[in-house]
Amino acid sequence: MYRIQKAEELTTNIYLMDVEAPRVAKSCQPGQFVIVRMDEDGERIPLTICDYSRENGTVTIVFQVVGAATEMMRNLKTGDAFHDFVGPLGCPSEFVHEEIESLRTKKILFVAGGLGTAPVYPQVKWLHEHGIDADVIVGAKTKDLLIMEEEMKAVSGNLYITTDDGSYGRSGMVTKVIDDLIGEEGKRYDLCVAIGPMIMMKFVCLTTKKYDLPTTVSMNPIMVDGTGMCGACRLTVDGEVKFACVDGPEFDGHKVDFDQAMKRQQIYRTREGRAFLKAQEGNTHHGGCGNCAEETE
Amino acid sequence: MADAETVQKKRNKVRTGKEQMETMETDVLKKVPVREQDAKVRATNFEEVCLGYNKEEAMCEATRCINCKNAQCIKGCPVAINIPGFIEKVKEGDIAAAYQVISEASALPAVCGRVCPQESQCEGKCIRGIKGEPVSIGKLERFVADWARENNIKPEGPREKKDRKVAVIGSGPAGLTCAGDLAKMGYEVTIFEALHEPGGVLVYGIPEFRLPKQDVVAKEIENVRALGVKIETNVVVGKSVTIDELLEEEGFDAVFIGSGAGLPKFMGIPGEQANGVFSANEYLTRSNLMKAFDENSNTPIMRGSKVAVVGGGNVAMDAARTALRLGAEVHIVYRRSEEELPARVEEVHHAKEEGIIFDLLTNPTEIIADENGWVCGIKCVRMELGEPDASGRRRPVVIEGSEFMMEVDTVIMSLGTSPNPLISSTTRGLEVNKYKCIVAEEEFGRTSKEGVYAGGDAVTGAATVILAMGAGKAAAKGIDEYLSR
Repeated sequence: MYRIQKAEELTTNIYLMDVEAPRVAKSCQPGQFVIVRMDEDGERIPLTICDYSRENGTVTIVFQVVGAATEMMRNLKTGDAFHDFVGPLGCPSEFVHEEIESLRTKKILFVAGGLGTAPVYPQVKWLHEHGIDADVIVGAKTKDLLIMEEEMKAVSGNLYITTDDGSYGRSGMVTKVIDDLIGEEGKRYDLCVAIGPMIMMKFVCLTTKKYDLPTTVSMNPIMVDGTGMCGACRLTVDGEVKFACVDGPEFDGHKVDFDQAMKRQQIYRTREGRAFLKAQEGNTHHGGCGNCAEETE
Repeated sequence: MADAETVQKKRNKVRTGKEQMETMETDVLKKVPVREQDAKVRATNFEEVCLGYNKEEAMCEATRCINCKNAQCIKGCPVAINIPGFIEKVKEGDIAAAYQVISEASALPAVCGRVCPQESQCEGKCIRGIKGEPVSIGKLERFVADWARENNIKPEGPREKKDRKVAVIGSGPAGLTCAGDLAKMGYEVTIFEALHEPGGVLVYGIPEFRLPKQDVVAKEIENVRALGVKIETNVVVGKSVTIDELLEEEGFDAVFIGSGAGLPKFMGIPGEQANGVFSANEYLTRSNLMKAFDENSNTPIMRGSKVAVVGGGNVAMDAARTALRLGAEVHIVYRRSEEELPARVEEVHHAKEEGIIFDLLTNPTEIIADENGWVCGIKCVRMELGEPDASGRRRPVVIEGSEFMMEVDTVIMSLGTSPNPLISSTTRGLEVNKYKCIVAEEEFGRTSKEGVYAGGDAVTGAATVILAMGAGKAAAKGIDEYLSR
């Protein structure tokens, strides 16, 4: 059992938990994820690693209530436990393996959408701890849905917040901020890392392509085992089939077939009619609420 | 669902043991027939197909064994069970003693009695088979193991403890066997399992109706635990911890890798990423490990109305029979002819009985999706057999102009699996071949890295449960020899 040391509601329907998982805490890196099961009969749910403490042996997860499983998970309190908590899964972000000296010469722009703020955070924090301050754009639908603003401010270079409805920070989509920063304000970046709903990542990639800005995205498809066994998470990158769980979750965003990936996310949504799943995404891994997809398309 | 009614129907369909005894006694050349669920009934449930022998039937069948001095059956068994020895005890009615004889060689008799390809192993070598049917060794093994479980008989543990620690990676047939053998020798053994439940392919791959999970697999794993083996689930070796860390930081003196061959293969044809195309691994994992066949399960599974399973191995049969039980019309699509089907004859027979349709000499060339990205059909071509290829089987050749369309809403790809590179890519000095299989000596499972042994599908690529067990056993000997130096 994996005890919950802290459970808190960050905002409506978004929860943060510190979970005792010493093996994961010892070996995880930015970019990786975990799979949890609430109880003996639970579904395996992939979740983002938001933070970790090697000393305390804890891993911080952040999730949004979108389906039956997360609806039950929200009721977990400090002192409760997950039945299963496995990881770290997937590959660490590429920059973790890069020479620090060469990394220091690069300007990196992070783009976080909604719950995607959670997986962006450990990457920005890691860079900060290695003496690199990256710029970060955080987008949310509205002010109330913004999470981790203070934490992000403490580890980022410039932090640009934008809300779709203009209720806080800049106004408009994250893609508009990218255009403003690079197109209008003359900022120059060597790498963009975008994490959020698939539809957001798709449009970020279309935007950065205009500026020839290499862009990494973190894919959040349906998964079962998370170790390369089932192939449910397969997607096409540069014409090749990749498994998000072992080959990713991060890929070159300019090469990902987003339209196919978004269709695949619908697999168990339209046919299975599961409780709570209805029109919403049942998979919160890396912030893939997916409900934006239907609104935008 | 009226369960009571189903069970009642089932009872009416099976013949009683007494009737069988009568038929048996008249013909010593034939096996005592084993009771099975009627094909029509079982096609709608996930209960076990084969019902096994009772004690009378088993004792009857045991009398057919002529107790050869130079027993060929033992040579045919990858773990060399003393087969005439245990059958002799069954003949005497001393089933507990029969169980201890089997346990000396096998940690998983209830599993092996169900899923071993006996026809090409022990029973394939049985002298009785020359004139008539061989002794039904598999069904006898199964009976003994089931009887022992029902009567709470456990295998005997180690006589003395050794203070050396061995890590076993993977809790499938190879890992459980290796761990069980090492524990019996007195070693302190910990198994690391990536999934949330131990058992490997026995829990995620082989369906409930061939191998019951709670009654059979869980109980055999309990027996391995009873020998003192610790099992740590949710540890992905290569990610959560590396082999080098296990050896250098966690105090293990040796490691056995039995991580299997879990990576599914796809055909690489257009449309394969369409919604409704699954690997057999995904389909079976959802149904078996996550219990998605149960309406109350939290994990969903696609209940197709017309399903094509591409491939002809045991896994293809398992996927097909699962889809059938979930309510679909199921077609096996295989590019060679029936003769070349790699699945066991018994599995093919069961599949046909249940109503699986075999589209042989047929090969998919493209998967067609509708405007929403869902599978609506597969384009296929007819094949004919040409000259034998490297595998010795006649090579299938496309018949020109034979293209046709098969309307389906679900496609399950069952084309084999290859070893997961998670471990080999994170372990210093561990040699792999071009198929990503770990290179290990056959005799004792020694790898290129000192203190590290390997066996099972991780070494051979996808094979059978019993071969993996044989390799686990050999590696246990190798590790014992290494640690006794």
